Amino acid sequence: MALQSLDIKQRSATTSPTPQARITLEVAKLIDVSACIGCKACTVACMEWNDVREEVGNCHGVYDNPVDLTENAWTVMRFSEVEQNDKLEWLIRKDGCMHCADPGCLKACPAPGAIVQYSNGIVDFHQENCIGCGYCITGCPFNVPRISKKDSKAYKCTLCSDRVAVNQAPACVKACPTGAIQFGSKEDMKDYAEHRITDLRERGYDKAGLYDPEGVGGTHVMYVLHHADQPNLYAGLPANPAISPLVSLWKGFAKPLATLALAGVALGSLFHYVTKGPNEVSKEIEDEIEKEDAK
Amino acid sequence: MIRDPKDMKRYEPAERANHWVVGISFILLALSGLAFFHPAFFPLTQLFGGPVWARIIHPYLGVLMALSFLALFFRFRHLNRMTPADKEWLGKVRQMVDGDDHNMPEQGKYNGGQKAMFWALAACMLLMAVSGLFIWRAWFGFEITVVRLGAVVHAAAAAVMIGLIMVHVYAAIWVKGTIRAMWYGTVTRAWAKQHHRGWYRQVTGR
Repeated sequence: MALQSLDIKQRSATTSPTPQARITLEVAKLIDVSACIGCKACTVACMEWNDVREEVGNCHGVYDNPVDLTENAWTVMRFSEVEQNDKLEWLIRKDGCMHCADPGCLKACPAPGAIVQYSNGIVDFHQENCIGCGYCITGCPFNVPRISKKDSKAYKCTLCSDRVAVNQAPACVKACPTGAIQFGSKEDMKDYAEHRITDLRERGYDKAGLYDPEGVGGTHVMYVLHHADQPNLYAGLPANPAISPLVSLWKGFAKPLATLALAGVALGSLFHYVTKGPNEVSKEIEDEIEKEDAK
Repeated sequence: MIRDPKDMKRYEPAERANHWVVGISFILLALSGLAFFHPAFFPLTQLFGGPVWARIIHPYLGVLMALSFLALFFRFRHLNRMTPADKEWLGKVRQMVDGDDHNMPEQGKYNGGQKAMFWALAACMLLMAVSGLFIWRAWFGFEITVVRLGAVVHAAAAAVMIGLIMVHVYAAIWVKGTIRAMWYGTVTRAWAKQHHRGWYRQVTGR
């Protein structure tokens, strides 16, 4: 659901430069997991603002509902019960698109302009250009995009690019009753996170820290984690996410290399013909056959 | 229609039809597949009624090609067993490419190069079919590492296969009098004696 009023930094399956005259402020959403109470107001606000509705599901014996991201549920709460320092901890992580600085979805996408990254850092899907191949899922290190069963288009969190374009915070941020979700410039969010981390460390969480993984160039959705040394505790948040080397190989240097190699074979064949000439039947054999026929 | 009763029959109608099904599906697959591989080829999706249709059609064409290739494989497998003469031919392939076939050993219905091409294409086809299923999201949902591996193998095997087919097509253009075998199944005796003398002697008894 991309918006033209935002400046585009990267565009899927596009080899020429995008308009780069203006550089907008890099934004970020900060999710303080330690302050989340799991009320799901953000999930509701997301569906409300974006006007999508996930089907009312079934109880799976856990609080997770919707149980997974879907084409209609762009953010879900993931509840993990873990034991830390002989105490039960209930970790609640708001899951959704991380808006990577180096987005695997965009790298893998074969459709020009189906995925864009704005200069403010938001990664957005243009469904009208989406062809439904699912390469974005193959490329994503966080398993976020979902293909709709209805229209075969890929959907995910837009970081409310439409709201951000008019200087409004994303819907989930507005709805959060505890201030666990903050929004602003990436720099401000890092500063804010620093305060939170200092506070958590004073209160005994000495491994508290910011989740802004290097491997994907940093993200525009960051977490404050009380156990930043074990992101896996939070419903399998990857410790060192990065674009898979297989995806880099596939959509990286294999692309121009194979294209050049094929052009080489085609041109090589042409020039072979031009330089060596056709491989015709020799006069000698033609004559032999003619003699046979004359008998 | 028979123009010259002394021409030699190289392919049965069913074999030719089978080859054409493989060939047509291959061309359509290569055009639509390249479109998803590199943005430079993306406009090729317009040949299929747009990018979404190209994405939908491509895997079904793949199934058609895999099945028709399998039929072709069983038709010609027994004719493509490598012999010592084939290995000798392959050893001297440089001279052949250079345009001098005087030192090439006598060849049967297929020469060493054609046989190598047959097995290389069969290997590519197998890799393409299996990896293609791994990344066919409309019907399958494999584990992400399998899908990623499938995507890499599919692209790599496709590039090799397109290259091989270019060589296959060029060889048919280069060796004059060959393409008619694909159209109506016959070649001249002179052609056979020149390029496949073993086969010529076996069929004519000379």
